[in-house]
Amino acid sequence: MTTVTETPLVELRGAGKSYGNIRALHGVDLTVRPSEVTCVLGDNGAGKSTLIKIVSGLHQHTEGEFLVDGEPVRFSSPREALDRGIATVYQDLATVPLMPVWRNFFLGSELTKGAWPLRRLDIERMKKTADEELRNMGIVLDDLEQPIGTLSGGQRQCVAIARAVHFGARVLILDEPTAALGVKQSGVVLKYIAAARDRGLGVIFITHNPHHAYLVGDHFSVLRLGTLELSADRSEVSLEELTNHMAGGAELAALKHELAQVRGVDVEELPDERDLRATAAPIPSRPSAPSHPSSPSSPEGSS
Amino acid sequence: MSMSQQAAPAVPAPPAPGPKESDGRTARRPLALRLLARPEVGVLLGAVAVFVFFLVAAPAVRDGSSMANILYQSSTIGIMALPVALLMIGGEFDLSSGVAVITSALTASMISYQLTMNVWVGVIVALAVSLGVGLLNGWMLVRTGLPSFLVTLGTFLILQGVNLAVTKLITGNVATDDISDMDGFGQARAIFASSFDVGGVQVKITVVWWLVFAGLATWVLLRTRYGNWVFAAGGDQESARAVGVPVTFTKISLFMLVGLGAWFVGMHQLFSFNTVQSGEGVGQELIYIAAAVIGGCLLTGGYGSAIGPVFGAFMFGMVQQGIVYAGWNPDWFKAFLGVMLLGATLINLWVRRTATRR
Repeated sequence: MTTVTETPLVELRGAGKSYGNIRALHGVDLTVRPSEVTCVLGDNGAGKSTLIKIVSGLHQHTEGEFLVDGEPVRFSSPREALDRGIATVYQDLATVPLMPVWRNFFLGSELTKGAWPLRRLDIERMKKTADEELRNMGIVLDDLEQPIGTLSGGQRQCVAIARAVHFGARVLILDEPTAALGVKQSGVVLKYIAAARDRGLGVIFITHNPHHAYLVGDHFSVLRLGTLELSADRSEVSLEELTNHMAGGAELAALKHELAQVRGVDVEELPDERDLRATAAPIPSRPSAPSHPSSPSSPEGSS
Repeated sequence: MSMSQQAAPAVPAPPAPGPKESDGRTARRPLALRLLARPEVGVLLGAVAVFVFFLVAAPAVRDGSSMANILYQSSTIGIMALPVALLMIGGEFDLSSGVAVITSALTASMISYQLTMNVWVGVIVALAVSLGVGLLNGWMLVRTGLPSFLVTLGTFLILQGVNLAVTKLITGNVATDDISDMDGFGQARAIFASSFDVGGVQVKITVVWWLVFAGLATWVLLRTRYGNWVFAAGGDQESARAVGVPVTFTKISLFMLVGLGAWFVGMHQLFSFNTVQSGEGVGQELIYIAAAVIGGCLLTGGYGSAIGPVFGAFMFGMVQQGIVYAGWNPDWFKAFLGVMLLGATLINLWVRRTATRR
């Protein structure tokens, strides 16, 4: 899609994070380019949240490098990340439920008018802008005064995405935006992800649904137990392969083997371990220390 | 406020391009319901009910000077109820606010008297001490992450003890010395504790300050960035922080605002009674909190107004004085308050559920 020589918006090189003696993330590479959707997939506890917390400025990495526009950074607050154009839309903490939609839209970046002692919110302009921006993203709300908590989950996500786009985000991080949504609402959110991408944003889409990821993704990174299990462009990986990796990859094959011993379980349609090995090839093989406590059952160890 | 969104154009406007005007799924809620959704409406009705009740039950209330007295009582609660309400909207509360009033008054009194200086020196030092107590409360809260109940319970006990012990140590008495003949007393009294004449009725200046502060607080809450931050910090601290709201600053400054209120009320007490009883103030913090809750502020934060606590404080003053004017045993006051508090909370709960239902 874009040339590789271009400086990525955000790049992680061998980044990792330890909480005390727990290594939540280790040796992860990630590249985000304009007009591309980078999907980060993984099971619960795979390190997805840790990864986005580093990029969004809530936590700091303890190993490796984190570059924005090619220069190493270390954010101490989400504000700093925002100032560099990295906006995060969180799964559950995107909005303040009891506050009106327009106040939520401008929260933390309110428009004001007047000189200091009388500096006040420019309510008219904020409402107008919020309405316009939401309409541009195809979201029509009847009443911007209603508490945002009265909107549906999908609508709230969309408001949060529209907000991030409006505030000049160049990189949009979406933390499982479709996790709690129904089929139709997920579709709506995916549409806005595509809309944001078409506006030239680099999108990091965190999900554990490979189907959703494959609908909009340009690059796929699968995390497992804090390390990168797969990193592949769309052209290098099929939905089936992605699903297999997501579902546990080699572990699933082992599970299949076990299930085969159990009477009455039909394992014919499950993927073979050999297929999974083949698709796992494009990963730059990352030596994992044998003493590494969090990956006792890594595929390398079991073979 | 909710109506300012669109003014109907006189001439039918050409159809706007882009998506249609509304998705037609949400009918515009009726005006009555939208009004009820305002946090101060429930308490307004309550205040009117209590007012009418005492107008009927206690004919003495109808007198102008009784009204002025009721308003004065309300104002001494109301001035403190305002910052306490803002703090509550910001998601915290302060148990030390009652004794902090006395701490401030004691500081001003003793600094001026013991050092034989102009009372304004004492007033300024007291301001610094009050803001310092607020800063300490706020700083400990954000630093430790402990609930504000614990942190301010600690400050409450500390201040209560310090008030008594230091006063006894310095003056050898439980009250401070009379400062009414000191330099600057008249000036300070004019600002903090004077009265003025309205049609033959003496009205205390605190009533004016109370309403001015309420107007100011309303403006700040609804029309400034800071007000937005207060709602956000109380409504959902993590979300607020994630979108770049300075939550730490907001919380600490709210505690300092309570300190400012305590200073003002402390100065009023000092300059209207000339001396300060060091053991007073205990229990007042709950009155302030109750006035804020009756005024429609959500104890869990994120919801409320500055006008509501004005009516809440008025209900308190009304009941307190009304019982006296009605010739009843004043011992009933607290029982009455308890019923009022529960009633107001239930009404608020019901109103909010009805009005915000989709």
